[in-house]
Amino acid sequence: MDAEVTAEDGEFTPESPYGPPGRPAPVIETRGLRMRYGDTDVLRDVDLRVYEGEVVALLGPNGAGKTTTVEILEGFRRRSGGEVRVLGADPDGAGEAWRARLGVVLQSWRDHGKWRVRELLDHLGRFYAPYSTPDRRRPYPAGELLSLVGLADDADTVVARLSGGRRRRLDVAVGLVGRPELLFLDEPTVGFDPQARREFHAVVRELAARGDTTVLLTTHDLDEAEKLCDRTLILAGGAIVADGSTAELAARVSGTAEVRYTRAGRRHTRRVEDATGHVRELFARYGAEIGDLEVRRVRLEDVYMSIVRDFESGQRTYAPADLTEVPV
Amino acid sequence: MSPASAASPAPGTSPARSAAASPAPGARTALRTALRAGLQRARIELRQQLTSAQDVWGTLFFPVLSLIVMYVLRDSRVPGTGFSLGTRSVPGVLGMNVVLGALTVLAMTLTMDREDGTLLRAKATPHGVPGYLTGRLLSRAATTVLGVLVLLLPAGFLFDGLELGGAQSWFTLAWVLALGLLAVLPWGAVAGASFGSAQSLGVLTVPVMLLMVISGVFYPVGAFPGWLQWIAQVFPVYWLGLGLRSALLPYGLGAAELGGSWRHLETAGVLAGWALAGLVVAPFVLRRMARRESGASVAARREKALQRPV
Repeated sequence: MDAEVTAEDGEFTPESPYGPPGRPAPVIETRGLRMRYGDTDVLRDVDLRVYEGEVVALLGPNGAGKTTTVEILEGFRRRSGGEVRVLGADPDGAGEAWRARLGVVLQSWRDHGKWRVRELLDHLGRFYAPYSTPDRRRPYPAGELLSLVGLADDADTVVARLSGGRRRRLDVAVGLVGRPELLFLDEPTVGFDPQARREFHAVVRELAARGDTTVLLTTHDLDEAEKLCDRTLILAGGAIVADGSTAELAARVSGTAEVRYTRAGRRHTRRVEDATGHVRELFARYGAEIGDLEVRRVRLEDVYMSIVRDFESGQRTYAPADLTEVPV
Repeated sequence: MSPASAASPAPGTSPARSAAASPAPGARTALRTALRAGLQRARIELRQQLTSAQDVWGTLFFPVLSLIVMYVLRDSRVPGTGFSLGTRSVPGVLGMNVVLGALTVLAMTLTMDREDGTLLRAKATPHGVPGYLTGRLLSRAATTVLGVLVLLLPAGFLFDGLELGGAQSWFTLAWVLALGLLAVLPWGAVAGASFGSAQSLGVLTVPVMLLMVISGVFYPVGAFPGWLQWIAQVFPVYWLGLGLRSALLPYGLGAAELGGSWRHLETAGVLAGWALAGLVVAPFVLRRMARRESGASVAARREKALQRPV
């Protein structure tokens, strides 16, 4: 059916050195990735790299193109332009041997409702057996996998009878059944209650601790990215506007402050480096016209939330200046 | 690699086999494995269909209803003969069941599998789509054949004149069913791949029903105008019905058919023609269907399904 393309077939050689010295070639690499639907560029220019063993969050508001990006990387969607390498191959037509090295957990699955949990894992696992290697046994034994995701008691449950949170664990188990080198988790905890979310985070952390699976997860929850990931990429306006550990990103914006006030009945919000100086100038110029003054240090969350708000209300279509300064 | 992951070899995989597997296995080996997994899928799906009251009811409702109608009509005669019209129609009811099962139900299943993400799951699995299709086609074929056999049992008691005793009957039944399924299943798959949703498939039901009426499932084609007879003879439904009649009815009744005989050669020819055409067209359409599948398209379909008034 499909032509088999192995990693060695490609003529694309990544320019080196990329990223920190001493690191192997990235597991995921895109350059100038573009996706256009009709007249709209959903992705304008996405450059991202993910290295082996990393757990990376792709963070961004709804509609920023996270799912589109992930689907391009998974080989489910054909891009409009740019270069993409995933596990050494172009996902567009990379073939089944490549496919066997990926794990995919999409936003929501409702499939195989009539199947029993263990039966489904056993069945899907069989497809991976030909791709087993001495240091990466495929498939993952169903029993072990069920314990890993905390579904051991549900092995004989019919899939449609699982609760939302348990169903999601099964999805992760299916994503892992081929013992993937690279796992995509698209919005894994949407619709979870706090308890289910905590349990799910434990599964991902367990996975990360084992170190043999690179994880790219999308989320619109900064807190989740902070808890789970080594590194966070923020996707906004069709490009990666920030890249770093949460601590690094926070450091970039910690110097700024937000000044809010009203003047002549209108609300104003300014983001400034020197809050004291700005306020002094405000009073010097407008005096008693100024009311409801409020000065706050800007946290990463504030910056992120303001991007989300602006994008969702359509006020902003390009990345904000205070984030583009972050070297990508 | 951490020791934790390396230290847990799969109990199910023997070391010898794993060591023999090279990092990049032959595509053919992997495909063979996938097709074998498809057999397992067929077995599991068959079990699900046979143990689901809803599925059994859905499969048997129409044919059982038709058999009851035929039983009521058993005293009417086939025009030009003294043979019971009811008995004559039993093979037609079986043929209708084959067409419904292999075309309409298969198409519906495929669209539903696209709606709930089953197909996308297959696409995310190496060689998953051929495995999935193997499972679906085989389980559907098996359910359809079982449906025919289950109906034959009461029919044998209710209707006089069915030839169920001879080996010849069963031999003809076997090849007509096999060829009939091959002729219809690929087109069921094509229909399932072409329609956007299970609801829009309702459009398909009308021409299929019309085809069954003009193909002489319930009433001999001989009574229809000549041009309608020609149209009927283009499609496989007529030939499936004719073949089943030749298997289950007395040999002499062939004289009441078009052309005055059971026309086995023509039956085999037309059914094989449809099978070949289907096997050429279906892979193209199915591959296109699989290529277009993505998480976004599944989500969009679900969105549409949710907006539909229930």
